[in-house]
Amino acid sequence: MVTIYERKLGSEGKPGLSRRELLKRGGASALLVISGSAVISPEHAWGLETSTLKPETMATLIQMARDIYPHDQVPDKYYAIAVKAHDEQAGKDPAHKDLVEKGIADLDSKSGKDGYTGLGWEEQRVAVLKQIESTPFFQAVRGGLVVGLYNQKEVWPIFGYEGESYSKGGYIARGFDDIEWL
Amino acid sequence: MAASFDLKNDGVVVIIGSGAGGGTLGNELAQKGVDVVILEAGARHEYEDFINDEWDSFAQLAWTDKRTTSGDWRVAKDFPNLPAWIVKSVGGSTTHWAGASLRFQEHEFKTLSTYGKLEGANLLDWPITLAEMEPYYAKAEAKMGVTGTNDWPRLPGNNNFKVLKAGADKLGYKECHTGNMAINSVDRDDRMSCQQTGFCFQGCKWGAKWSTLYAEIPKGEATGHLEVRPNAMAIKINHDASGKVTGVVYADKDGKLQEQKARIVAVAGNSIESPRLLLNSASSQFPDGLANSSGQVGKNYMRHTTGSVYAIFDKPVHMYRGTTMAGIIRDEARHDPSRGFVGGYEFETLALGLPFMAAFLDPGGWGRSFTTALDHYDHMAGLWIVGEDMPRAENRITLHPDTKDDHGMPVADVHFDDHANDTAMRNHAYKQGSALYAAVGATRTFPTPPYPSTHNLGTNRMSAKAVDGVVNKHGQAHEIKNLFVSDGSQFTTGGAENPTLTIVSLAIRQAEYIAGQMSAKSI
Repeated sequence: MVTIYERKLGSEGKPGLSRRELLKRGGASALLVISGSAVISPEHAWGLETSTLKPETMATLIQMARDIYPHDQVPDKYYAIAVKAHDEQAGKDPAHKDLVEKGIADLDSKSGKDGYTGLGWEEQRVAVLKQIESTPFFQAVRGGLVVGLYNQKEVWPIFGYEGESYSKGGYIARGFDDIEWL
Repeated sequence: MAASFDLKNDGVVVIIGSGAGGGTLGNELAQKGVDVVILEAGARHEYEDFINDEWDSFAQLAWTDKRTTSGDWRVAKDFPNLPAWIVKSVGGSTTHWAGASLRFQEHEFKTLSTYGKLEGANLLDWPITLAEMEPYYAKAEAKMGVTGTNDWPRLPGNNNFKVLKAGADKLGYKECHTGNMAINSVDRDDRMSCQQTGFCFQGCKWGAKWSTLYAEIPKGEATGHLEVRPNAMAIKINHDASGKVTGVVYADKDGKLQEQKARIVAVAGNSIESPRLLLNSASSQFPDGLANSSGQVGKNYMRHTTGSVYAIFDKPVHMYRGTTMAGIIRDEARHDPSRGFVGGYEFETLALGLPFMAAFLDPGGWGRSFTTALDHYDHMAGLWIVGEDMPRAENRITLHPDTKDDHGMPVADVHFDDHANDTAMRNHAYKQGSALYAAVGATRTFPTPPYPSTHNLGTNRMSAKAVDGVVNKHGQAHEIKNLFVSDGSQFTTGGAENPTLTIVSLAIRQAEYIAGQMSAKSI
């Protein structure tokens, strides 16, 4: 579950949350925070600057990505990397920016007063996604994830996929036939 | 040393495509002293350039020029512009193929006589028999180093094969082994043996798997009679007033149109591009396209009845380690209509890496049903179904009325509807495949839909009578005697077997015929 804090003035007078506030609120395990033009995961020490899309949009996209392809053992960071391309594409193509911003706005409006990320259970969010499943927006996000998420070499070990093997001499001496349970 | 022929040299045989058909024909002719120019649409990547990475390799090798699709096959919905997963590179799809090298069964050359007339199917007997093909199959197996023939040992079985074999034993299947593979099981032909690397589909970086790229073409080039011209996309075949073909117009690496004159033209661009080229070569004399007075060019498109079954076990498998197609079960390949369909199918192991598994397990799928399958990727085993599909006149390649490629040539539309026989066969195979894995303790199985087609067949088919097909038993156009078809598009019907061995055997046989006709001055 991801909680999104709205952009607001922090206690130190700067936009967004102060570092102290971040740390204070960072007690929850998987917390994404909007600060200035960034989505930040204080717990896991990464942040994602957006240049064209609103950071709130990006945070919702990250949640949406996880709900489309939920892998509980894959940290948010990889979902963030997977959807970052939408920010880049939106910078080059106003039509894409429109598609994503309107798509997220529509998702929020279908989700009730607290928006999409305000829905506590994955089932609730998936029910909303089902309503927009056939839209170009949903398909653009889902289609982008197929490569954007699963083609990150860093996630392969999480799934037990070993990737390139030629440089290691193939598997002829590394377990191509090591199955023992049959 | 590789030859270099002048564009105006009208004594050469021009072959379009350098894959299993074109690459083999080119070398065979060159060995006989015939001058050959191979026009290859793709670039030349040698085997050390191949990439052990599914998407990067796809970008390097795959034919991704735009095509359109129609019909009720799921590929048209999921991959509307990628009907086929084939290659645009010197070596063609022999860089990408898995290596399975199986002879057709006797009855598969006589499907109309054996299966009888089937509504909605355009069945026809081949004008060749297995007995006529056997010597050429033997030559092809010897050339390609096929395991299990010529005293070459079969490859060792990997984890994915061991799961398949255990299930086959439980189900009582008798013919299950590590296949007849054109992958070196011992060092031979100046190439090393299989290192169980996986990534067979991405091009073998050891050169252990046979490919025209390094097993045929360099030998042809060494004769001084073969020139391979990469980045040369054939656009149109020209002919003279007598109806003989005279040359091939192609776009060169800079997109400039050139014409290579020719004494003979052999088309080997795979079953989508070959009919596309013949149709695009229409003239006032041949208004429906070259070699098309029968109207059969582009028709009877076949892609094998395919599908996959993946299964999850409670213990690890690591199916991606080692040979991609690591074993086979042949028991269901027989013709036995009591199963509810004519023809038969093979089970062959198959493994995809995580990126392609995500793309192909259930295209368009999402949510936990999908992701929990991938969560157990390393506990997964998998097999591929490859069976005979029915030729249908309406399954065909046509020129798109509006959409054109970079050279102004209409793109190919690929239309395919499953025949009821195809669907019955696929469902039978899904059931058997799932039962096989359940027998070894699978906790979940996935009947996975067909991928974009790798076995594209039949669109310039061979026939005894000119009215029934495009080419005769030598792959020679019925109506133009110096025009040949040399790829899988000449298949009259598809058989249950992976097509490459038959394509190579036909090319060896065709080279004998062409050289003979040339010396007799009949062509």
